Amino acid sequence: MSLKLKKGVNNQSAYNLRDPNLDYEAAHTLSIIVDNESGVLARVIGLFSGRGYNIDSLTVAEVDPNGHRSRITIVTTGTPKVVNQIKAQLNRMVPVHEVTDLTLKGKAVQRELAIFKVVGNGNQRVESLRLADVFRAKVVDSTLKSFTFELTGNSEKIDAFAELMTPLGLKEIARTGIVALLRGDNSS
Amino acid sequence: MTQANKITGAEIVIKALIDQGVDTVFGYPGGAILPIYDELFQQKKIKHILVRHEQAATHAAEGYARSTGKIGVVFVTSGPGATNSVTGLTDALMDSVPIVVISGQVPTFMIGNDAFQEADTVGITRPCTKHNWLVKDTNKLAEIIHKAFEVAGSGRPGPVLVDVPKDVQFASGRYTKKNEIKTDFIKKEPSIDVKMLDEAINRLELAERPIIYSGGGVINSGQSAVNLLRNLVAGTNFPVTSTLMGLGSYPASGKNWLGMLGMHGTYEANMSMHDCDFMLCIGARFDDRITGRIDAFSPNSYKVHIDIDPSSINKNITVEAPLIGDVSKILSMLTARWKERGSKVNKKKLSAWWKSINNWKGVQSLGYENSSSVIKPQYAVQRLEELTKSYNRFVSTEVGQHQMWAAQFMGFEEPNRWMTSGGLGTMGYGFPASIGIQIAHPTSLVINVAGEASWLMNMQELGTAVQYRLPVKQFILNNERLGMVRQWQELLHGERYSHSWSDALPDFVKLAEAYGIKGIRCEDPARLDDSIREMIDYPGPVIFDCLVEKHENCFPMIPSGKAHNEMILGEQTEENSISDDGAVLV
Repeated sequence: MSLKLKKGVNNQSAYNLRDPNLDYEAAHTLSIIVDNESGVLARVIGLFSGRGYNIDSLTVAEVDPNGHRSRITIVTTGTPKVVNQIKAQLNRMVPVHEVTDLTLKGKAVQRELAIFKVVGNGNQRVESLRLADVFRAKVVDSTLKSFTFELTGNSEKIDAFAELMTPLGLKEIARTGIVALLRGDNSS
Repeated sequence: MTQANKITGAEIVIKALIDQGVDTVFGYPGGAILPIYDELFQQKKIKHILVRHEQAATHAAEGYARSTGKIGVVFVTSGPGATNSVTGLTDALMDSVPIVVISGQVPTFMIGNDAFQEADTVGITRPCTKHNWLVKDTNKLAEIIHKAFEVAGSGRPGPVLVDVPKDVQFASGRYTKKNEIKTDFIKKEPSIDVKMLDEAINRLELAERPIIYSGGGVINSGQSAVNLLRNLVAGTNFPVTSTLMGLGSYPASGKNWLGMLGMHGTYEANMSMHDCDFMLCIGARFDDRITGRIDAFSPNSYKVHIDIDPSSINKNITVEAPLIGDVSKILSMLTARWKERGSKVNKKKLSAWWKSINNWKGVQSLGYENSSSVIKPQYAVQRLEELTKSYNRFVSTEVGQHQMWAAQFMGFEEPNRWMTSGGLGTMGYGFPASIGIQIAHPTSLVINVAGEASWLMNMQELGTAVQYRLPVKQFILNNERLGMVRQWQELLHGERYSHSWSDALPDFVKLAEAYGIKGIRCEDPARLDDSIREMIDYPGPVIFDCLVEKHENCFPMIPSGKAHNEMILGEQTEENSISDDGAVLV
């Protein structure tokens, strides 16, 4: 008997159950709590480069000054097997206290902050300001021929805004990379 | 705290080591570690072994650690001292050997200035240690050293490094006792998945073609793990094989022993791995030398994997039942539950399985053609085994063909008797390791089975052996070749022997004499036994130059990129055995 189901009929469909060992790559957002000690970032990055894992995005800052803990948020791409390896390898490190795979754990709020410098005159300048308003970007600096916008959102939103600004005189972008937390009242 | 309660950083280092029960340190002094050596000079509890090269200090510490179950300790100076320790640290990381390296560093205020003998030691050793520390405050020194021992010895053991700048050694600080440190950094073992354990036992009870595949983790877990393994084998009558690192966990004379598995393992061990329907992997990690071609590895078996390191699970081979934790803890749970349920096995099918295994044994895959005119290396190792096995004996090896022959032809009845560089494959490991072993076991017979090329890599350690009157026996299978390289060139590179011969070899007997020790040369199979006896009976270090057949290949062999059931057994079957795909593998 063959199953005659169309791919993706609904999310509960058995058709969508995939073997976890199938070779397909997906992006995973990992949230890692580490001791804020010297060299800890080098250890984490060294693990990724040394074992040939990808880093698509990386952010790090101290989140608990009293406990000297930092949160590292890494977006990585890999097959489920590789992502499991990455988590196991991270967990093995002495200064690593917690590794949460936000992608597996459920819905997460993911945000990125970016600053754009757009240089132009006349209509271009007006248009950039109008679009910034649509995107709810803030003007944080300005000269007579430039705007510096601050924009927060998910990565797609930042990408979309950057694309729109390019013909309008986009000169420079600075992006923070993704920070993320689990939705709901549970801590990750 | 008053000044009176404080002691110098150098004193703290020595005090902390004594607190940790350290009695032996291998090392080499230099500018940045002089304050610690000064303290060492003024005490009696710790014995220091002066090596001739820092790499040798790390391997000696490994030999010491692996033959005793204790933690090996090394002192090196900054810069070149630290960089020379990198190979030993990596070796210990790959083979899960607990060692603590304490390195001197330039003073904190000079770090980053390219000072004399400065190197970024923690940066360089970060990927080759379990963890490392740069100590910037003397008050934290004792705590960090105690932590270092805890990290090295706990969980899956491994190497650590503590980098101590010279000003931190001179400055005064508070001493923290071993039992006063916080232990929140120790990784908790996950609780055992009882459902998984029960499912594994179900499969064990029903298994028609079971095999136990044990590794170095059994030995690292200690004598209780070894006993549990032996009892399990006896209780189930399952066949058992072991990795290079696991030799000795099950006795070689045991009736269920199939010999080592893997690239140069026995036919019966590899065929059993391939054809089994139930595999119990205990403290091994499915290394590429073991598995051969991954997608053809034991295709029809239910695999149970006991390992203390979660990152070993599903790394190379996907297993059905991972059981994460210390081998002895999990084995005792598994055995207890299995006994509770009536100690059942599938006896009828099991005897059929043993029948096939005995047929494979009949192939006699370790057979070789002996000669009466030239010493065959296999014969040399066989005779060495025969003449030394009744002794209280420890064996180390270098890396290459001789290492595989030693693994094939020497039998180990107990754990911690066999020291070899498995994961990293470090030529030059064996001689310094034999020194570390002899230091730990002064009255035992310690033999390093070596090849001449490997042995030359750390031959400067003759000085150490002589200085400390260590009667280590260097049994060199001299084929004037880099034998394993030559073998691969023959099989894979059209017999183009690119730089794989040992030219300009020393006269090993004269070399021994130059150091005031004994040298023995033997090239006649008829005189081999007498010469080996002479080596054993000599009460000091011996270099045994055993001139062997120069073109012998090590068989059986699973060629790169092939499966367990595609072994080549000898010269006649080897043609076209390695495909182009396999040739790119190491």
